[in-house]
Amino acid sequence: MSAIAEAPGQAGIGTGWRFREKSAIPGFVPAFAWTLIWLSFIVLIPLGALILRASGIGVSGFVDILSDPRVLSALRITFGLSFLAALVNAVFGLIIAWTLVRYRFPGARLADAAVDLPFALPTAVAGISLASLYAPNGWLGVWFAEAGIKVAYTPFGIFIALVFIGLPFVVRTVQPLIAEIDREIEEASATLGASRARTLRSVILPPLAPALLTGFALAFARAVGEYGSVIFIAGNLPYVSEIVPILIVIKLEEFNYAGATAIATVMLAISFVMLLAINLIQAWSRRRFGYA
Amino acid sequence: MHDLQKAAPSVTDESNVARYVLIALALGFLALFLVLPLAVVFTQAFSKGLGAYVAALTHPDALAAIKLTLTVAAIAVPLNIVFGIAASWAIAKHEFRGKSLLITLVDLPFSVSPVVSGLVFVLLFGAQGLLGPWLREHNIEIIFALPGIVLATIFVTFPFVARELIPLMQDQGSADEEAALTLGASGIRAFLTVTLPNIRWALLYGVLLCNARAMGEFGAVAVVSGHIRGETNTMPLHVEILYNEYNFAASFAVASLLALLALVTLCIKTWLEWRYADALAAGRRH
Repeated sequence: MSAIAEAPGQAGIGTGWRFREKSAIPGFVPAFAWTLIWLSFIVLIPLGALILRASGIGVSGFVDILSDPRVLSALRITFGLSFLAALVNAVFGLIIAWTLVRYRFPGARLADAAVDLPFALPTAVAGISLASLYAPNGWLGVWFAEAGIKVAYTPFGIFIALVFIGLPFVVRTVQPLIAEIDREIEEASATLGASRARTLRSVILPPLAPALLTGFALAFARAVGEYGSVIFIAGNLPYVSEIVPILIVIKLEEFNYAGATAIATVMLAISFVMLLAINLIQAWSRRRFGYA
Repeated sequence: MHDLQKAAPSVTDESNVARYVLIALALGFLALFLVLPLAVVFTQAFSKGLGAYVAALTHPDALAAIKLTLTVAAIAVPLNIVFGIAASWAIAKHEFRGKSLLITLVDLPFSVSPVVSGLVFVLLFGAQGLLGPWLREHNIEIIFALPGIVLATIFVTFPFVARELIPLMQDQGSADEEAALTLGASGIRAFLTVTLPNIRWALLYGVLLCNARAMGEFGAVAVVSGHIRGETNTMPLHVEILYNEYNFAASFAVASLLALLALVTLCIKTWLEWRYADALAAGRRH
Protein backbone atom coordinates (compact mmCIF):
# COMPACT_ATOMS: atom_id res chain seq x y z
CA MET A 1 0.00 0.00 0.00
CA SER A 2 2.79 2.39 0.88
CA ALA A 3 4.45 1.61 -2.46
CA ILE A 4 1.35 2.83 -4.26
CA ALA A 5 1.17 5.94 -2.12
CA GLU A 6 4.80 6.76 -2.86
CA ALA A 7 4.56 6.18 -6.60
CA PRO A 8 3.87 9.84 -7.55
CA GLY A 9 6.82 10.87 -5.39
CA GLN A 10 9.11 8.50 -7.29
CA ALA A 11 7.99 10.03 -10.55
CA GLY A 12 8.67 13.47 -9.11
CA ILE A 13 12.31 12.64 -8.43
CA GLY A 14 12.77 11.51 -12.04
CA THR A 15 11.60 14.81 -13.48
CA GLY A 16 13.59 17.10 -11.23
CA TRP A 17 12.57 19.35 -8.35
CA ARG A 18 8.90 19.86 -7.98
CA PHE A 19 7.05 21.84 -5.33
CA ARG A 20 3.94 19.74 -5.39
CA GLU A 21 3.14 16.21 -6.45
CA LYS A 22 0.37 15.70 -8.96
CA SER A 23 -2.91 14.82 -7.34
CA ALA A 24 -6.41 13.99 -8.54
CA ILE A 25 -7.82 16.11 -5.72
CA PRO A 26 -8.60 19.65 -6.90
CA GLY A 27 -8.50 22.88 -4.95
CA PHE A 28 -4.86 22.89 -3.87
CA VAL A 29 -4.08 26.38 -5.15
CA PRO A 30 -6.97 28.27 -3.49
CA ALA A 31 -6.68 26.29 -0.23
CA PHE A 32 -2.89 26.67 -0.06
CA ALA A 33 -3.02 30.35 -1.04
CA TRP A 34 -5.63 31.15 1.61
CA THR A 35 -3.61 29.23 4.21
CA LEU A 36 -0.49 31.25 3.42
CA ILE A 37 -2.30 34.61 3.25
CA TRP A 38 -4.15 34.09 6.54
CA LEU A 39 -1.05 32.68 8.26
CA SER A 40 0.96 35.70 7.08
CA PHE A 41 -1.56 38.31 8.17
CA ILE A 42 -2.43 36.82 11.54
CA VAL A 43 0.81 35.17 12.65
CA LEU A 44 3.90 35.83 10.55
CA ILE A 45 3.65 39.60 9.92
CA PRO A 46 2.74 40.44 13.56
CA LEU A 47 5.58 38.25 14.88
CA GLY A 48 7.80 39.84 12.22
CA ALA A 49 6.87 43.27 13.58
CA LEU A 50 8.15 42.17 16.99
CA ILE A 51 11.43 40.91 15.52
CA LEU A 52 11.81 44.09 13.44
CA ARG A 53 11.22 46.25 16.48
CA ALA A 54 13.67 44.15 18.49
CA SER A 55 16.37 44.50 15.83
CA GLY A 56 16.13 48.28 16.26
CA ILE A 57 17.06 48.02 19.93
CA GLY A 58 20.55 46.72 19.29
CA VAL A 59 22.69 44.35 21.32
CA SER A 60 23.72 46.91 23.94
CA GLY A 61 20.10 47.98 24.37
CA PHE A 62 19.11 44.36 24.92
CA VAL A 63 21.87 43.86 27.48
CA ASP A 64 20.80 47.04 29.31
CA ILE A 65 17.15 46.01 29.49
CA LEU A 66 17.74 42.37 30.38
CA SER A 67 20.44 43.02 32.98
CA ASP A 68 17.97 45.09 35.03
CA PRO A 69 17.75 43.24 38.38
CA ARG A 70 13.96 43.45 38.27
CA VAL A 71 13.87 41.68 34.89
CA LEU A 72 16.40 39.06 36.02
CA SER A 73 14.41 38.40 39.16
CA ALA A 74 11.18 38.03 37.14
CA LEU A 75 12.93 35.57 34.81
CA ARG A 76 14.21 33.58 37.79
CA ILE A 77 10.78 33.49 39.44
CA THR A 78 8.98 32.55 36.22
CA PHE A 79 11.34 29.76 35.20
CA GLY A 80 11.95 28.38 38.68
CA LEU A 81 8.27 28.14 39.57
CA SER A 82 7.30 26.86 36.10
CA PHE A 83 9.88 24.09 36.48
CA LEU A 84 8.62 23.12 39.93
CA ALA A 85 4.98 23.21 38.82
CA ALA A 86 5.73 21.08 35.74
CA LEU A 87 7.56 18.60 37.97
CA VAL A 88 4.57 18.28 40.31
CA ASN A 89 2.35 17.95 37.24
CA ALA A 90 4.55 15.16 35.88
CA VAL A 91 4.26 13.16 39.14
CA PHE A 92 0.55 13.67 39.77
CA GLY A 93 -0.28 13.63 36.06
CA LEU A 94 1.24 10.16 35.80
CA ILE A 95 -0.66 8.95 38.87
CA ILE A 96 -3.94 10.40 37.57
CA ALA A 97 -3.45 8.99 34.07
CA TRP A 98 -2.57 5.56 35.48
CA THR A 99 -5.57 5.58 37.82
CA LEU A 100 -7.97 6.65 35.07
CA VAL A 101 -6.79 3.98 32.62
CA ARG A 102 -6.22 1.02 34.96
CA TYR A 103 -8.77 1.24 37.76
CA ARG A 104 -12.51 1.26 37.71
CA PHE A 105 -14.01 3.32 40.49
CA PRO A 106 -17.12 5.44 41.05
CA GLY A 107 -16.78 8.81 39.34
CA ALA A 108 -13.93 7.72 37.07
CA ARG A 109 -15.59 9.07 33.93
CA LEU A 110 -16.37 12.36 35.66
CA ALA A 111 -12.78 12.64 36.90
CA ASP A 112 -11.55 11.95 33.35
CA ALA A 113 -13.72 14.73 31.92
CA ALA A 114 -12.72 17.11 34.73
CA VAL A 115 -9.02 16.85 33.83
CA ASP A 116 -9.64 19.16 30.86
CA LEU A 117 -11.17 21.89 33.02
CA PRO A 118 -7.99 24.04 33.00
CA PHE A 119 -8.16 24.03 29.17
CA ALA A 120 -11.79 25.08 29.13
CA LEU A 121 -11.99 27.47 32.08
CA PRO A 122 -11.00 31.05 31.12
CA THR A 123 -7.73 31.90 32.84
CA ALA A 124 -9.15 35.02 34.53
CA VAL A 125 -11.86 32.92 36.16
CA ALA A 126 -9.29 30.41 37.38
CA GLY A 127 -7.19 33.32 38.60
CA ILE A 128 -9.79 35.04 40.78
CA SER A 129 -11.08 31.71 42.02
CA LEU A 130 -7.65 30.47 43.13
CA ALA A 131 -6.87 33.87 44.65
CA SER A 132 -10.04 33.83 46.75
CA LEU A 133 -9.53 30.15 47.67
CA TYR A 134 -6.03 30.75 49.00
CA ALA A 135 -6.51 34.28 50.38
CA PRO A 136 -5.87 34.43 54.17
CA ASN A 137 -9.66 34.30 54.74
CA GLY A 138 -10.35 31.84 51.91
CA TRP A 139 -11.48 28.21 52.27
CA LEU A 140 -7.95 26.84 52.06
CA GLY A 141 -6.07 30.01 52.96
CA VAL A 142 -7.49 29.85 56.50
CA TRP A 143 -5.82 26.47 57.06
CA PHE A 144 -2.51 27.66 55.66
CA ALA A 145 -2.76 30.87 57.72
CA GLU A 146 -3.20 28.83 60.88
CA ALA A 147 -0.05 26.96 60.00
CA GLY A 148 1.66 30.30 59.47
CA ILE A 149 1.98 29.90 55.68
CA LYS A 150 0.98 32.67 53.30
CA VAL A 151 -0.11 31.37 49.90
CA ALA A 152 -1.90 34.15 48.06
CA TYR A 153 0.33 37.09 47.05
CA THR A 154 3.51 34.99 47.39
CA PRO A 155 5.52 32.78 44.99
CA PHE A 156 3.70 29.78 46.51
CA GLY A 157 0.46 31.19 45.08
CA ILE A 158 2.03 31.48 41.62
CA PHE A 159 3.13 27.86 41.92
CA ILE A 160 -0.45 26.76 42.73
CA ALA A 161 -1.82 28.58 39.68
CA LEU A 162 0.85 27.06 37.42
CA VAL A 163 0.08 23.56 38.69
CA PHE A 164 -3.59 24.17 37.91
CA ILE A 165 -3.06 25.20 34.28
CA GLY A 166 -0.37 22.58 33.51
CA LEU A 167 -2.11 19.45 34.77
CA PRO A 168 -4.00 18.38 31.61
CA PHE A 169 -0.85 18.46 29.47
CA VAL A 170 0.82 15.58 31.33
CA VAL A 171 -2.35 13.51 31.83
CA ARG A 172 -3.44 13.77 28.19
CA THR A 173 0.04 13.02 26.82
CA VAL A 174 0.66 9.95 29.02
CA GLN A 175 -2.89 8.52 29.16
CA PRO A 176 -3.12 7.10 25.60
CA LEU A 177 0.24 5.35 26.00
CA ILE A 178 -0.77 3.68 29.27
CA ALA A 179 -3.91 2.46 27.52
CA GLU A 180 -1.77 0.84 24.82
CA ILE A 181 0.61 -1.03 27.14
CA ASP A 182 0.59 -4.71 26.29
CA ARG A 183 -0.48 -6.67 29.36
CA GLU A 184 1.54 -9.69 28.14
CA ILE A 185 4.80 -7.87 28.81
CA GLU A 186 3.72 -7.32 32.39
CA GLU A 187 2.71 -10.98 32.66
CA ALA A 188 6.09 -12.06 31.27
CA SER A 189 7.86 -9.85 33.79
CA ALA A 190 5.79 -11.31 36.63
CA THR A 191 6.35 -14.85 35.39
CA LEU A 192 10.08 -14.24 35.42
CA GLY A 193 9.79 -13.49 39.12
CA ALA A 194 9.76 -9.70 39.18
CA SER A 195 7.73 -8.09 41.92
CA ARG A 196 4.94 -5.73 40.86
CA ALA A 197 7.05 -2.73 41.91
CA ARG A 198 10.00 -4.03 39.87
CA THR A 199 7.74 -4.55 36.83
CA LEU A 200 6.39 -1.01 37.14
CA ARG A 201 9.89 0.42 37.44
CA SER A 202 11.73 -1.60 34.79
CA VAL A 203 9.04 -2.60 32.30
CA ILE A 204 6.28 -0.01 32.36
CA LEU A 205 7.98 3.27 33.21
CA PRO A 206 10.80 3.33 30.59
CA PRO A 207 8.51 3.37 27.53
CA LEU A 208 6.37 6.05 29.20
CA ALA A 209 9.38 8.28 29.81
CA PRO A 210 9.31 10.17 26.47
CA ALA A 211 5.59 10.94 26.81
CA LEU A 212 6.13 12.01 30.39
CA LEU A 213 8.97 14.27 29.26
CA THR A 214 6.81 15.72 26.45
CA GLY A 215 4.00 16.37 28.91
CA PHE A 216 6.45 18.00 31.30
CA ALA A 217 7.82 20.22 28.50
CA LEU A 218 4.30 21.21 27.36
CA ALA A 219 3.27 22.08 30.93
CA PHE A 220 6.51 24.00 31.46
CA ALA A 221 6.13 25.94 28.20
CA ARG A 222 2.54 26.86 29.06
CA ALA A 223 3.50 27.90 32.60
CA VAL A 224 6.29 30.19 31.45
CA GLY A 225 3.91 32.28 29.34
CA GLU A 226 0.89 32.09 31.66
CA TYR A 227 -0.70 35.38 32.65
CA GLY A 228 -4.41 35.33 33.50
CA SER A 229 -4.51 32.66 36.17
CA VAL A 230 -1.35 33.97 37.88
CA ILE A 231 -1.75 37.73 38.24
CA PHE A 232 -4.62 37.64 40.74
CA ILE A 233 -2.99 35.25 43.17
CA ALA A 234 0.57 36.53 42.67
CA GLY A 235 0.24 39.99 44.21
CA ASN A 236 2.85 41.07 41.62
CA LEU A 237 5.45 42.42 44.04
CA PRO A 238 8.66 43.32 42.19
CA TYR A 239 11.56 40.99 43.12
CA VAL A 240 9.17 38.70 45.03
CA SER A 241 6.17 37.56 43.02
CA GLU A 242 6.44 39.36 39.70
CA ILE A 243 6.42 37.10 36.63
CA VAL A 244 7.77 37.96 33.17
CA PRO A 245 4.41 38.35 31.36
CA ILE A 246 3.17 40.95 33.89
CA LEU A 247 6.46 42.78 33.53
CA ILE A 248 5.80 43.05 29.77
CA VAL A 249 2.35 44.50 30.50
CA ILE A 250 3.83 46.98 33.01
CA LYS A 251 6.47 48.15 30.51
CA LEU A 252 3.74 48.59 27.92
CA GLU A 253 1.59 50.63 30.32
CA GLU A 254 4.63 52.85 30.96
CA PHE A 255 4.93 53.28 27.15
CA ASN A 256 8.37 51.64 27.43
CA TYR A 257 7.98 49.86 24.07
CA ALA A 258 11.67 48.96 23.81
CA GLY A 259 11.59 47.28 27.22
CA ALA A 260 8.40 45.35 26.43
CA THR A 261 9.78 44.33 23.03
CA ALA A 262 13.13 43.11 24.39
CA ILE A 263 11.53 40.99 27.12
CA ALA A 264 8.89 39.65 24.71
CA THR A 265 11.60 38.70 22.22
CA VAL A 266 13.34 36.64 24.90
CA MET A 267 10.03 34.96 25.72
CA LEU A 268 9.41 34.25 22.04
CA ALA A 269 12.90 32.79 21.62
CA ILE A 270 12.27 30.53 24.62
CA SER A 271 8.95 29.44 23.09
CA PHE A 272 10.80 28.43 19.93
CA VAL A 273 13.41 26.51 21.92
CA MET A 274 10.67 24.68 23.85
CA LEU A 275 8.84 23.87 20.61
CA LEU A 276 12.08 22.50 19.15
CA ALA A 277 12.81 20.51 22.33
CA ILE A 278 9.34 18.93 22.26
CA ASN A 279 9.77 17.99 18.60
CA LEU A 280 13.19 16.49 19.32
CA ILE A 281 11.82 14.43 22.24
CA GLN A 282 9.08 13.10 19.96
CA ALA A 283 11.51 12.34 17.11
CA TRP A 284 13.81 10.53 19.57
CA SER A 285 10.86 8.61 20.98
CA ARG A 286 9.75 7.57 17.50
CA ARG A 287 13.23 6.21 16.78
CA ARG A 288 13.66 4.55 20.17
CA PHE A 289 10.15 3.23 20.87
CA GLY A 290 8.37 3.46 17.53
CA TYR A 291 5.83 6.06 18.63
CA ALA A 292 5.79 9.67 19.69
CA MET B 1 -9.77 -3.44 34.43
CA HIS B 2 -11.09 -4.93 37.61
CA ASP B 3 -13.74 -3.94 40.05
CA LEU B 4 -12.41 -2.82 43.38
CA GLN B 5 -14.65 -5.32 45.12
CA LYS B 6 -12.82 -8.25 43.56
CA ALA B 7 -10.23 -9.71 45.89
CA ALA B 8 -6.92 -11.34 44.92
CA PRO B 9 -5.68 -9.18 42.04
CA SER B 10 -3.87 -10.85 39.16
CA VAL B 11 -0.11 -10.56 38.63
CA THR B 12 -0.61 -7.52 36.42
CA ASP B 13 -2.36 -5.54 39.12
CA GLU B 14 -1.11 -3.60 42.07
CA SER B 15 -2.15 -4.72 45.53
CA ASN B 16 -5.49 -3.43 46.77
CA VAL B 17 -3.77 -1.10 49.22
CA ALA B 18 -1.60 0.45 46.49
CA ARG B 19 -4.67 0.85 44.34
CA TYR B 20 -6.68 2.64 47.02
CA VAL B 21 -3.73 4.92 47.76
CA LEU B 22 -3.27 5.84 44.09
CA ILE B 23 -7.00 6.45 43.55
CA ALA B 24 -7.13 8.57 46.71
CA LEU B 25 -4.11 10.59 45.57
CA ALA B 26 -5.55 11.13 42.09
CA LEU B 27 -9.03 12.08 43.28
CA GLY B 28 -7.64 14.22 46.09
CA PHE B 29 -5.45 16.13 43.68
CA LEU B 30 -8.31 16.64 41.22
CA ALA B 31 -10.67 17.76 43.99
CA LEU B 32 -8.13 20.19 45.37
CA PHE B 33 -7.11 21.72 42.04
CA LEU B 34 -10.24 21.41 39.89
CA VAL B 35 -13.41 20.95 41.94
CA LEU B 36 -12.68 23.46 44.70
CA PRO B 37 -11.86 26.40 42.38
CA LEU B 38 -15.04 25.71 40.42
CA ALA B 39 -17.10 25.50 43.61
CA VAL B 40 -15.65 28.82 44.78
CA VAL B 41 -16.83 30.56 41.61
CA PHE B 42 -20.47 29.64 42.11
CA THR B 43 -20.47 30.08 45.89
CA GLN B 44 -18.97 33.56 45.65
CA ALA B 45 -21.26 34.49 42.77
CA PHE B 46 -24.34 33.90 44.93
CA SER B 47 -22.76 35.10 48.21
CA LYS B 48 -24.90 38.24 48.22
CA GLY B 49 -28.05 36.54 47.08
CA LEU B 50 -29.86 35.99 43.82
CA GLY B 51 -30.88 39.64 43.55
CA ALA B 52 -27.27 40.86 43.60
CA TYR B 53 -26.35 38.13 41.12
CA VAL B 54 -29.01 39.21 38.63
CA ALA B 55 -28.16 42.87 39.22
CA ALA B 56 -24.48 42.21 38.46
CA LEU B 57 -25.32 40.45 35.20
CA THR B 58 -27.86 43.02 34.05
CA HIS B 59 -25.64 46.03 34.79
CA PRO B 60 -25.15 47.97 31.52
CA ASP B 61 -21.35 47.44 31.66
CA ALA B 62 -21.84 43.69 32.13
CA LEU B 63 -24.31 43.53 29.26
CA ALA B 64 -21.92 45.49 27.06
CA ALA B 65 -19.13 43.04 27.98
CA ILE B 66 -21.33 40.04 27.18
CA LYS B 67 -22.31 41.59 23.85
CA LEU B 68 -18.69 42.37 22.97
CA THR B 69 -17.53 38.86 23.85
CA LEU B 70 -20.27 37.33 21.68
CA THR B 71 -19.43 39.72 18.83
CA VAL B 72 -15.71 38.90 18.96
CA ALA B 73 -16.39 35.16 18.98
CA ALA B 74 -18.92 35.52 16.15
CA ILE B 75 -16.21 37.12 13.98
CA ALA B 76 -13.13 35.16 15.07
CA VAL B 77 -14.54 31.64 15.12
CA PRO B 78 -16.00 31.55 11.55
CA LEU B 79 -12.79 33.04 10.16
CA ASN B 80 -10.76 30.33 11.88
CA ILE B 81 -13.16 27.67 10.59
CA VAL B 82 -12.57 28.83 7.01
CA PHE B 83 -8.83 28.87 7.62
CA GLY B 84 -8.87 25.48 9.35
CA ILE B 85 -10.72 23.82 6.47
CA ALA B 86 -8.50 25.45 3.83
CA ALA B 87 -5.29 24.54 5.68
CA SER B 88 -6.30 20.95 6.33
CA TRP B 89 -7.47 20.52 2.72
CA ALA B 90 -4.11 21.76 1.42
CA ILE B 91 -2.04 19.86 3.99
CA ALA B 92 -3.90 16.55 4.33
CA LYS B 93 -5.08 15.97 0.76
CA HIS B 94 -1.96 17.09 -1.11
CA GLU B 95 1.78 16.43 -1.06
CA PHE B 96 4.13 19.39 -1.24
CA ARG B 97 7.53 20.52 -0.02
CA GLY B 98 7.82 22.18 3.35
CA LYS B 99 4.61 20.64 4.66
CA SER B 100 5.95 19.92 8.14
CA LEU B 101 7.25 23.49 8.40
CA LEU B 102 3.77 24.75 7.52
CA ILE B 103 2.20 22.53 10.20
CA THR B 104 4.68 23.87 12.76
CA LEU B 105 3.83 27.46 11.78
CA VAL B 106 0.10 26.77 12.08
CA ASP B 107 0.67 25.44 15.61
CA LEU B 108 2.96 28.32 16.54
CA PRO B 109 0.37 30.58 18.28
CA PHE B 110 -0.13 27.87 20.94
CA SER B 111 3.47 28.26 22.07
CA VAL B 112 3.39 32.05 22.29
CA SER B 113 2.56 33.68 25.63
CA PRO B 114 -0.86 35.41 25.50
CA VAL B 115 0.76 38.68 26.52
CA VAL B 116 3.23 38.48 23.62
CA SER B 117 0.30 37.62 21.30
CA GLY B 118 -1.32 40.92 22.24
CA LEU B 119 1.93 42.87 22.21
CA VAL B 120 2.73 42.04 18.57
CA PHE B 121 -0.49 43.78 17.47
CA VAL B 122 0.28 46.82 19.61
CA LEU B 123 3.72 47.02 17.97
CA LEU B 124 2.08 46.81 14.56
CA PHE B 125 -1.05 48.94 14.94
CA GLY B 126 -0.54 50.93 18.18
CA ALA B 127 0.02 54.71 18.32
CA GLN B 128 3.79 54.11 18.33
CA GLY B 129 3.50 51.02 16.12
CA LEU B 130 4.83 50.49 12.62
CA LEU B 131 1.52 51.38 10.99
CA GLY B 132 0.42 53.74 13.78
CA PRO B 133 0.98 57.08 12.00
CA TRP B 134 -0.70 55.88 8.79
CA LEU B 135 -3.72 54.55 10.72
CA ARG B 136 -4.07 57.84 12.62
CA GLU B 137 -4.00 59.81 9.36
CA HIS B 138 -6.82 57.69 8.01
CA ASN B 139 -8.76 57.70 11.28
CA ILE B 140 -8.68 53.93 11.63
CA GLU B 141 -8.76 52.58 15.17
CA ILE B 142 -7.44 49.07 15.71
CA ILE B 143 -5.77 49.01 19.11
CA PHE B 144 -8.09 49.85 22.05
CA ALA B 145 -11.00 49.04 19.70
CA LEU B 146 -12.92 46.05 18.34
CA PRO B 147 -10.53 45.18 15.44
CA GLY B 148 -7.57 44.78 17.80
CA ILE B 149 -9.54 42.52 20.13
CA VAL B 150 -10.72 40.43 17.19
CA LEU B 151 -7.18 40.15 15.76
CA ALA B 152 -5.68 39.09 19.10
CA THR B 153 -8.48 36.55 19.55
CA ILE B 154 -7.96 35.11 16.07
CA PHE B 155 -4.24 34.81 16.83
CA VAL B 156 -4.65 32.83 20.05
CA THR B 157 -7.37 30.55 18.61
CA PHE B 158 -5.62 30.19 15.25
CA PRO B 159 -4.63 26.47 15.39
CA PHE B 160 -7.75 24.98 17.05
CA VAL B 161 -9.79 23.91 14.00
CA ALA B 162 -6.82 23.06 11.76
CA ARG B 163 -5.13 20.81 14.32
CA GLU B 164 -8.29 18.74 14.81
CA LEU B 165 -8.87 18.33 11.08
CA ILE B 166 -5.33 17.74 9.74
CA PRO B 167 -4.58 14.40 11.50
CA LEU B 168 -8.09 13.10 10.85
CA MET B 169 -8.05 13.98 7.15
CA GLN B 170 -4.56 12.48 6.84
CA ASP B 171 -5.87 9.24 8.37
CA GLN B 172 -8.86 9.19 6.06
CA GLY B 173 -6.80 9.67 2.89
CA SER B 174 -8.40 10.82 -0.34
CA ALA B 175 -9.82 7.59 -1.80
CA ASP B 176 -13.42 8.63 -1.10
CA GLU B 177 -12.95 11.99 -2.79
CA GLU B 178 -11.21 10.35 -5.77
CA ALA B 179 -14.15 7.99 -6.17
CA ALA B 180 -16.58 10.92 -6.12
CA LEU B 181 -14.51 12.80 -8.71
CA THR B 182 -14.30 9.73 -10.93
CA LEU B 183 -18.08 9.48 -10.79
CA GLY B 184 -18.24 13.00 -12.17
CA ALA B 185 -18.69 15.14 -9.07
CA SER B 186 -17.15 18.60 -9.08
CA GLY B 187 -14.48 19.43 -6.52
CA ILE B 188 -16.92 21.52 -4.48
CA ARG B 189 -19.54 18.81 -4.62
CA ALA B 190 -17.00 16.17 -3.54
CA PHE B 191 -16.04 18.35 -0.59
CA LEU B 192 -19.61 19.06 0.47
CA THR B 193 -21.00 15.55 0.06
CA VAL B 194 -17.96 13.37 0.84
CA THR B 195 -15.35 15.23 2.90
CA LEU B 196 -17.60 17.36 5.08
CA PRO B 197 -19.72 14.45 6.40
CA ASN B 198 -16.48 12.58 7.17
CA ILE B 199 -15.03 15.40 9.24
CA ARG B 200 -18.15 16.99 10.75
CA TRP B 201 -17.67 15.70 14.32
CA ALA B 202 -13.99 16.62 14.42
CA LEU B 203 -14.94 20.01 12.98
CA LEU B 204 -17.53 20.51 15.72
CA TYR B 205 -14.92 19.44 18.29
CA GLY B 206 -12.41 21.99 16.99
CA VAL B 207 -15.04 24.76 16.78
CA LEU B 208 -16.09 24.03 20.36
CA LEU B 209 -12.56 24.41 21.74
CA CYS B 210 -11.92 27.42 19.49
CA ASN B 211 -15.07 29.13 20.75
CA ALA B 212 -14.31 28.43 24.42
CA ARG B 213 -10.87 29.99 24.08
CA ALA B 214 -12.18 32.91 21.99
CA MET B 215 -14.76 33.83 24.63
CA GLY B 216 -12.43 33.24 27.55
CA GLU B 217 -9.16 34.75 26.29
CA PHE B 218 -7.70 37.18 28.79
CA GLY B 219 -3.98 37.97 28.40
CA ALA B 220 -3.83 38.82 24.70
CA VAL B 221 -7.09 40.78 24.80
CA ALA B 222 -6.06 42.63 27.99
CA VAL B 223 -3.02 44.03 26.17
CA VAL B 224 -4.91 45.35 23.12
CA SER B 225 -8.23 46.38 24.67
CA GLY B 226 -7.39 49.39 26.82
CA HIS B 227 -10.08 48.37 29.33
CA ILE B 228 -12.62 51.00 28.31
CA ARG B 229 -15.78 50.22 30.28
CA GLY B 230 -18.85 49.52 28.24
CA GLU B 231 -16.79 49.75 25.04
CA THR B 232 -13.74 47.48 24.86
CA ASN B 233 -14.26 45.31 27.93
CA THR B 234 -14.87 41.67 27.16
CA MET B 235 -16.32 39.40 29.85
CA PRO B 236 -12.94 38.20 31.20
CA LEU B 237 -11.73 41.81 31.36
CA HIS B 238 -14.92 42.86 33.12
CA VAL B 239 -14.29 40.09 35.67
CA GLU B 240 -10.81 41.54 36.25
CA ILE B 241 -12.02 45.12 36.69
CA LEU B 242 -14.77 44.20 39.15
CA TYR B 243 -12.35 42.00 41.10
CA ASN B 244 -9.75 44.76 41.32
CA GLU B 245 -12.47 47.09 42.65
CA TYR B 246 -13.14 44.54 45.43
CA ASN B 247 -16.60 44.02 43.98
CA PHE B 248 -16.13 40.27 44.43
CA ALA B 249 -19.73 39.09 44.22
CA ALA B 250 -20.30 40.90 40.91
CA SER B 251 -16.95 39.74 39.58
CA PHE B 252 -17.75 36.11 40.37
CA ALA B 253 -21.25 36.54 38.96
CA VAL B 254 -19.82 37.39 35.53
CA ALA B 255 -17.14 34.71 36.06
CA SER B 256 -19.88 32.15 36.73
CA LEU B 257 -21.22 32.69 33.20
CA LEU B 258 -17.76 31.94 31.81
CA ALA B 259 -17.45 28.92 34.10
CA LEU B 260 -20.82 27.72 32.84
CA LEU B 261 -19.55 28.08 29.27
CA ALA B 262 -16.51 25.97 30.23
CA LEU B 263 -18.73 23.29 31.79
CA VAL B 264 -21.03 23.14 28.76
CA THR B 265 -17.96 22.93 26.51
CA LEU B 266 -16.55 20.06 28.58
CA CYS B 267 -19.89 18.21 28.53
CA ILE B 268 -20.29 18.43 24.74
CA LYS B 269 -16.61 17.55 24.28
CA THR B 270 -16.90 14.48 26.52
CA TRP B 271 -20.09 13.44 24.75
CA LEU B 272 -18.37 13.79 21.33
CA GLU B 273 -15.39 11.73 22.53
CA TRP B 274 -17.67 9.05 23.90
CA ARG B 275 -20.22 8.92 21.09
CA TYR B 276 -18.07 9.68 18.06
CA ALA B 277 -14.63 8.47 19.14
CA ASP B 278 -14.08 6.88 15.71
CA ALA B 279 -14.91 10.09 13.87
CA LEU B 280 -12.29 12.08 15.77
CA ALA B 281 -8.63 11.82 14.86
CA ALA B 282 -6.96 8.79 16.40
CA GLY B 283 -3.81 10.43 17.69
CA ARG B 284 -5.55 13.57 18.83
CA ARG B 285 -3.55 15.69 21.22
CA HIS B 286 -5.11 18.41 23.28
